[in-house]
Amino acid sequence: MIVHLSVLQVIIPLIAAPICLLLRKSELAWAFATLVAFMTLAVSVALLSQVMQSGPVSYELGGWEAPWGIEYRVDMLNAPLLVLISAISALALLASRTSIENEIPENRHTFFYIAWLLCMAGLLGITATGDAFNVFVFLEISSLATYTLIALGKDRRALWASFQYLVAGTIGATFILIGIGLMYVMTGTLNMADLAQRLPDVENTKTVFTAFAFLIVGVCMKLALFPLHLWLPNAYTFAPSIVTTFLAATATKVAVYVMIRFIFDVFGFEFSFTHFPLQEVLLTLGIAGIFVASVVAIYQDNLKRMLAYSSVAQVGYIMLGISFASQTGIMATLLHMLNHGLMKGALFLALAAVVYRMGIAQLSQMHGIASRMPLTMAAFLIGGLSLIGVPLTVGFISKWYLVSAALENGWWPVAAAILLGSLLSVVYIWRVIEVAYFKPVSESTPDVKEAPAALLIPMWILVLANLYFGIETSLTVGVSQMAAADLFGGLR
Amino acid sequence: MEFLGLFNYWVVIVLMMIGFYIVICSNNLIKKLIGLTIFQTSVFIMYISMGKITGGTAPVLADGITLYSNPLTHVLILTAIVVGIATTALGLAIVVRIHESYGTVEEDDIHAKDKQA
Repeated sequence: MIVHLSVLQVIIPLIAAPICLLLRKSELAWAFATLVAFMTLAVSVALLSQVMQSGPVSYELGGWEAPWGIEYRVDMLNAPLLVLISAISALALLASRTSIENEIPENRHTFFYIAWLLCMAGLLGITATGDAFNVFVFLEISSLATYTLIALGKDRRALWASFQYLVAGTIGATFILIGIGLMYVMTGTLNMADLAQRLPDVENTKTVFTAFAFLIVGVCMKLALFPLHLWLPNAYTFAPSIVTTFLAATATKVAVYVMIRFIFDVFGFEFSFTHFPLQEVLLTLGIAGIFVASVVAIYQDNLKRMLAYSSVAQVGYIMLGISFASQTGIMATLLHMLNHGLMKGALFLALAAVVYRMGIAQLSQMHGIASRMPLTMAAFLIGGLSLIGVPLTVGFISKWYLVSAALENGWWPVAAAILLGSLLSVVYIWRVIEVAYFKPVSESTPDVKEAPAALLIPMWILVLANLYFGIETSLTVGVSQMAAADLFGGLR
Repeated sequence: MEFLGLFNYWVVIVLMMIGFYIVICSNNLIKKLIGLTIFQTSVFIMYISMGKITGGTAPVLADGITLYSNPLTHVLILTAIVVGIATTALGLAIVVRIHESYGTVEEDDIHAKDKQA
């Protein structure tokens, strides 16, 4: 059992999806999907502890030896991400039954859980695999499931958002496919570890350069790096709220992981940063993304759209960490990936509760809402503080390491830009706090009750995680530090 | 003849650009999907061409066959074709739903109707 953990991680949700179809009844499908999500959570926690104790876990799929067969490889870099994906998925599924009551017609509930499980299997697969082509396959599994989930949104604009994402996502994935094909033609292998060994012999060829360029642009499309983020705001706004929670907390992080894996592990630090102006590109686009998206977020009335733009800005911070090209920088990136998952999970779950009660999360209708839904808005407040980066929350920890990585490089203007970006997030979070807490209840405020416990419990688990990992940092910081050391240790 | 030797790859580039152009410039959602399919197909051709070895036959285990083409790229692209079909099917399904709720499959009309609402 223990030796099969890394494949069980992916196989359990993949097999559970068709079983869900046989269950038919909405409640049964929900109970089963939630059970499956908690099982994968248990598997990923077991994997993480195994990796922490005895190093990377390698698994040969079907017993075929590594460069020929498909290898699943779990190490310090992807084990924490596996835990994040399955934890967010389990918590969101717990809340999903209540949340989709008003947002998705009853007869589509079973399909919702099937698409969710497939999406989860895809995301976990991308993360766990050690084979470049397998990344593409799982990427498409998760993407197709995501398009379906977005199209389930109540508003008809969800369909258009889903179509837009389908076109952008397919172009991105095809770019990745081109990159992988060109790599295969030069090296004759698809295994990541094997690629890393063979690429240096051919690295000064146009083919490898082209492969790298296609791959990075394709991945940037999936992770919504400014200015390739155009699909994201609509998709997050019109998808069912609980889907947005899951996607915002996990999907872009997985794409970032793919990018880090290819830049540092497969192509290697030397190639990526000396032959390519990767540093300049990521730095410029990262900072531009932070400012443009944050400013746009300030002017949004729909809170889901506001947080969607904030997600684009946060991807900017994550890219900054990579562009520092230092061990501290990459560590800050990994830390911010996990922490951003926690805060966006909490924030979007709070919005899911608002949408559940009010039908829409429009700021102009939320005057004095905090007196009607105190627990939900308190969760939003703490999540928002974490997003800004106030001490005692996870947001502070990752911004702290980002700024210190910038100063370590002597790039004090970049450090100043990070702080300025945080000030912008103060503005857009404060707008909500002001309206919800300090404005008197007006006539346009609907008469609503506090959200049901099914939404509050997962929401507050995530909020408390935001506080806990903001104070007791040894686990998250320790894991990111070890992963960063691994990435740099393997190169020198 | 360098140019003729790379004939397949020229076809790939031309098809890829045609597909990409249709995706970007077409106003009709069905045409966009057609463009997307052409775009993907060009990559399939690229993979298949990469595996071909001049004078090589199919990789069957039989006497007298020593030179054969690389079957792996072909197998990989079988997977990618399946993925491509799934994407097209899903895209068409979404277009049907768009047509049901908007009454049109033209991008401009959809934007106009969204603005009115």
